[in-house]
Order: sequence, then C-alpha cells, then structure tokens
Amino acid sequence: MSTQPCAIVGIGQTQHKSRRWDVSLGGLVREAASRALEDANMDWKDIDAVVLGKAPDLFEGVMKPELYLTDALGAKGKPMFRVHTAGSVGGTTGIVAASHIESGRHKRVLAVAYQKQSEGNAQFALGSGKGASIGAGGAFAPYMRSYIHRSGAPADIGPMVAVKDRRNAFKNPYAHLKIEGISIESVKASPMMWDPVHFLESCPSSDGACAVVVTDQAGGEAAAKAGRPPAWILGTAMRSEPSQFPGRDPVRPQAAADCAADVYKQAGITRPLDDIDCAELYVPFSWYEPMWLEGHNIAALGEGWKMVERGDTEIGGAFPVNMSGGVLSSNPIGASGLLRFAEAALQVRGMAGEHQVEGAKVALAQAYGAAAQYFSMWVVGSSLNPLG
Amino acid sequence: MEPFDDIAIIGWSVSPMVRKTDKTEAQLLLEVISGAVDDAGITRHEVDFTCAGSCDYVAGQAFSFVQNIDAVGAWPPKSDSHVEMDGAWALYEAFLRLQLGDADIALAMGSGRSSTADPSIIYPMEMDPYYLAPLGADAASFAALQARALIDGGQVTERQMAEIAARTRRDAKNNPHAQVTGDFDVDQLLAEEYLRAPLRRHDLPPITDGAVAVVIATRAKALELCERPVWISGLSHCSELHYPGMRDLRTSASTTSAAKAAGIENGPVEVAELQSAFTHEEPLLVEALGLSPDVSVNPSGGPLAANPIMATGLVRVTEAARQIRDEGKHRTLAHSSSGPCLQQNLVCILEESA
Repeated sequence: MSTQPCAIVGIGQTQHKSRRWDVSLGGLVREAASRALEDANMDWKDIDAVVLGKAPDLFEGVMKPELYLTDALGAKGKPMFRVHTAGSVGGTTGIVAASHIESGRHKRVLAVAYQKQSEGNAQFALGSGKGASIGAGGAFAPYMRSYIHRSGAPADIGPMVAVKDRRNAFKNPYAHLKIEGISIESVKASPMMWDPVHFLESCPSSDGACAVVVTDQAGGEAAAKAGRPPAWILGTAMRSEPSQFPGRDPVRPQAAADCAADVYKQAGITRPLDDIDCAELYVPFSWYEPMWLEGHNIAALGEGWKMVERGDTEIGGAFPVNMSGGVLSSNPIGASGLLRFAEAALQVRGMAGEHQVEGAKVALAQAYGAAAQYFSMWVVGSSLNPLG
Repeated sequence: MEPFDDIAIIGWSVSPMVRKTDKTEAQLLLEVISGAVDDAGITRHEVDFTCAGSCDYVAGQAFSFVQNIDAVGAWPPKSDSHVEMDGAWALYEAFLRLQLGDADIALAMGSGRSSTADPSIIYPMEMDPYYLAPLGADAASFAALQARALIDGGQVTERQMAEIAARTRRDAKNNPHAQVTGDFDVDQLLAEEYLRAPLRRHDLPPITDGAVAVVIATRAKALELCERPVWISGLSHCSELHYPGMRDLRTSASTTSAAKAAGIENGPVEVAELQSAFTHEEPLLVEALGLSPDVSVNPSGGPLAANPIMATGLVRVTEAARQIRDEGKHRTLAHSSSGPCLQQNLVCILEESA
C-alpha cells in the first residue's frame, strides 16, 4: 500500500455574495461543480464519487444535506460522502477527496463545499438556537489580543492585512466584498467589533460554493498533454487537538505546528519561506495572517507581523498570502477552506488571472476551525517535483 | 473493484443501548474508545488516525462533535477527521486512510443521543428543504410509503413484518447491548393500532442513546497485535436520488451496487447484520443483497432492538465482526443506511482469513 499521485484538473467556484437568492442550495453547488467539470473537460458521468463538505447543518436548517444534494451533484449510483470538521471542513473535503484517489480506489472524484449563510442565522446557530453566542469573532479576539501582547506587534498590522486582502479582492472576479477606497484609516475608523478587531477587519457572511476535480496520475498527465495544466498534490495533513485544557496554547496551537511539519515533510519543504511561492491561509480576522505565518513556522516567532509590515505578503512581495482576497473578502464558511485549497491550485496552474503570482510553482493552502483546534493543509505543485 | 485484504478489525467496543442516557456524547465515546483500544491491546497513543461519525441535528447543537475530541485523547494532536454520517462511513474514511501507507492503526467511531429530541420533529429536516421538508413528513412516514409499496407489490405482508419484529427482539435476548428484547405474540402485535399506516409501533426502531468504536489496522500491524483479526475484504457505499418519488421503492439499487463493489459475489455469506430500522426493510435488503434463505439476518436483534442513530451502522460492523471472532463464522456482511427510504447504503464484507 502506498500513496498514488493525485492531480487537480478542474476548479470551479460561484460568485460569492451576501444573498444568492437567485439559486437554491442545489443550484449553488451545481454552479460551482459545473464550472469545475467544464474546467476539467469532463461530464457528470466521468465522476466516480462525490465528497461534500460544509460547516454546521444548523446554518441553513438542512440536516445531512448530502442526501438532498445527491440529485444536484449527479451522485446517483455513486458514493456520496459528507465531511464536517468545523471551519477546516473545506480543506478536509479536498483531502478526503484526494485520499479516494491516493488509495487507488477511484480515478476521478468531485469535491464540493458550500455555505449559504443567507438561508439562516449563523450567530443564532452557533448558539444552537439558544442565543447568547459570542460568535467566532468573540471567541478568537482574546487569542488575537494575546498575540499582540506577546509579539509586540503595532496596532496597524491588523488593518494592513485587511486593506491588502480587500485590495486583492478587486483582482478576483468571484470575490464577495469589494470595498472601494479602503485604507488603514478607514479600517481603524470602522466600529470596534471585538477588540482588537474592527468591523473592516472581520470576514463577511457569504453564500458560495467551491468545487474541485481530483484525478489520478494518468488523469493529471492527460490534462497536461491537452494543454490544461494540473496542480499536483504534494502533501496533505490534518490535525486536531482538544478545545481547552491547562497547558494548551490556543494562540500558537500545537496542532497548527504539527500539521505544517507533516505537510512540509511530505512535500519535501525544508525552508517554507523559500520553498513555498505563495499561500492561501484561512484568515477570517485580520490578525490571523501573522498568527498563522508564525503558527505554521513560515516565519520565526514574533516575525510574522514584520512580514506584513514589510509588505512581504502582498502580491509581488516575498511571500504573497491570500492573493484571492481570502476569507476576509469571501466567507461561505464551509467552502472557505476548499476555496483556499482551490486558489492555491489555481496559482500553480498559472490560472489565477489578475491575482496570479508570477511563476508560482509551489503553493500552500490551509484551513482551521472550532477554537483554532482543527487544521487541514495541502501543498500543491506545478509538477510532481517542483523543488528539484 | 479488487477485493481488499490488507486491513483488519482488531478491536471494538459498544456502549449499553438505552432509551435515555445521563451521559454526554463525549462520555459515551470515552468509554467505548477506552474499551476498543483495550480490546485491541493498544493505547490511544498508538492510534495514527481517528474519524468520528455524528450529527449536529441529533445532538441538537452546532459543532457538537468538537467536544467529542476530548474522548479521543488528541494530545499530542491527532490526525483526525469527522463525518456528518453514521460511524460506518467514518470507518470508510479510516479504511481509505490506512491504504495510504503512512498510518497503521485507525479508530472509527459513531455516537448519538436521539433521546434529546423528538425524531418526528428532527427528521423532516433531512429532506429537500424546498419541496419535501415543508410537508413535515418524518423518516417513519417515508418508511411507511415504502412499506406500502412493498405490500402492494406482494413482497411482504403485515404479518411477515410483525414476525420480523418478534424474531429480532427474541434474538436480541442474547445480546447484552440490546434495548428492546423479549417474546412477542404476532397476533397481539397485529392487533395494535397503526402508528404510520401500514407501520405499527413494532415495525419501528426504538429511540436509543449509544456509541461504538472500532480499531482497524494494516496487515502487518494487525497480525502483530491480534490473534484473530477480522479482515475487511470489501467496503463500499452508494447513493440514490433523494426524491422517493423518483425511485423504485420496491428495490434498493444502491445496496445492490454497493454489495457488488464490496465483492459479495466472491463467496457465500453466513451472517448479515443489516441496518433495517423498519421491519419491511429486512426482506427488501435481503433481496437487494441476494442473500440465500440460510443466511442468518440480524442475530443481534439489529436496529429494531437498539437504534443509536449515527452509530447503528457501525454497530452492525462490530456484530458482523463478532460473528467471525467469537462465533466461528467465516464470512459475514454488515450494512448501513442513511436517508429517506434507504437512499444511501454501505456494505462491508468481513472475512476470517486474509
């Protein structure tokens, strides 16, 4: 038993916005899946199995929606698999789809993740319908304050990330938020939501979906030959740790470091900052960009915010992050992880359009969830051996 | 599909099955995970990958599985996943994961506390939210439609259904984990009122709280750790259209195709543990699987004796494995199902030797 090489040959996403009232849940996932199939030059019948991911069912009020969505996703007569690992679920969806290929079980698998936040009230659902939920921002704010305290980062770092991601969003035709004239001043002037997070440093609620077609080595090579560059999966990793116990560091979770070490090792990455050309990281609140740069050992401890301050994480910088605009610009929660994974793949395929990082050969994607305790990551490359 | 013989079940544990537990889901899981790793002769630290199956709507809470990670002992952090499906599908993910070669031992689990709410309120929400959920029809109502189709098609009678209820609950007397057991008179059962015509109370499963955990290992590890590993020779699942009105409810095409993919045709099966939560589903599944009349079906009592939603399917796997390890059987089958009128089905074939 050993891992079979796995390639991404099709990517699709919806237009993300506050309310996609023009489509049903089925219409939303089908929009992304159809685009992924078109990109892969495949038809529904070419798909062997479907893996569906989304965050809590309570967000839309549909229990086990993989049942209802079997029809829209052409999964009749096929295995339909449903993943849910909190905010990291989109990433996990991609990883589980890849394991369907890597294990040799299937040749062409469709991974789909979505959230249609307008169908419900996430804040209400987070409190399980009992209200009084502090929400994700409230839960993460203490971790961010602690990061600022420990690292001595200046107060402008968070707003700088928000401005960078929102400006990148203008280069991504699918992005939800496009805030004209956003500046560090306007971010700081926006209402304080959960200290230190201002309104303009916080992710939106979006309706949206993302779909990825993964294939075996033969499928990847065939796509390459036909002039449709694949992204090769060089490593995948997942890690979970408990929500809380004495000794846990939620600001720099061990699971984040372990997950990164695992995926770097698989991909042959020894110096992440040099070996990786760009990254799509799950940054729902601005401060999480420097926090994950350090948490995943891309930057040394206390050095993450300096990368932001230097402009390293801009497109064209030394280590571009969230070229697509990231979660700060589009946040269909369940899909947000798969969007990171798909955007990383677009980069190494050279198909990211206006937000393309010149010559990207190795890209990292990450998603996290719950109390910063669930992590999923993958590294994709323009070839099976891009690091030589 | 090539039959797999590289991964084996090496330990498991099933919680008591009760109408209402005062334990949390994490507590239930803590006990069965401890039991399963003990049974396998390992510690939690030796588990390379964990995957849980549970459902927020059953638990009545968003992110309900997050607390359950406490039972896993994920420190140092674990390579871990979760499916919003029965634990049988968690086993499927773990089974794929072990085939990648970098992990040797995996733990799959399923858990649910159905007692927290009225299933007839919860289950309509698993239907198409636009056209079916507003009808308010629950799982039992859709099951009744399927039972009616079978009765009208001459495939089963209400008496046969009552006989299945009586048989499984009599068999369950030998199952220490069963919840509903005893000797029932078929005529008396048939004298009862309909609950959802043509289904009577005895045609429905009980409401059950429970959990299950299963340890699987790759070949070398299984042989090193276990005297009698139970080999997973096939594991497949398949879905059908959601709309019951667009399916032939008298058959279960997805069960047939999952069974074929799992290699059911490679040899005779002696015991089948089926997730037939409603009596009429048993003859339907037996036919879809092509089981011969001498196959023992649900000797544990099956879901009609205990139905811990989200664990029911994985319990079937442990019961089928028990038949091999403890009862001297050679080849057994476990089945799991999800969705209205058996929309989605999983088949697992277990064998004594690799």
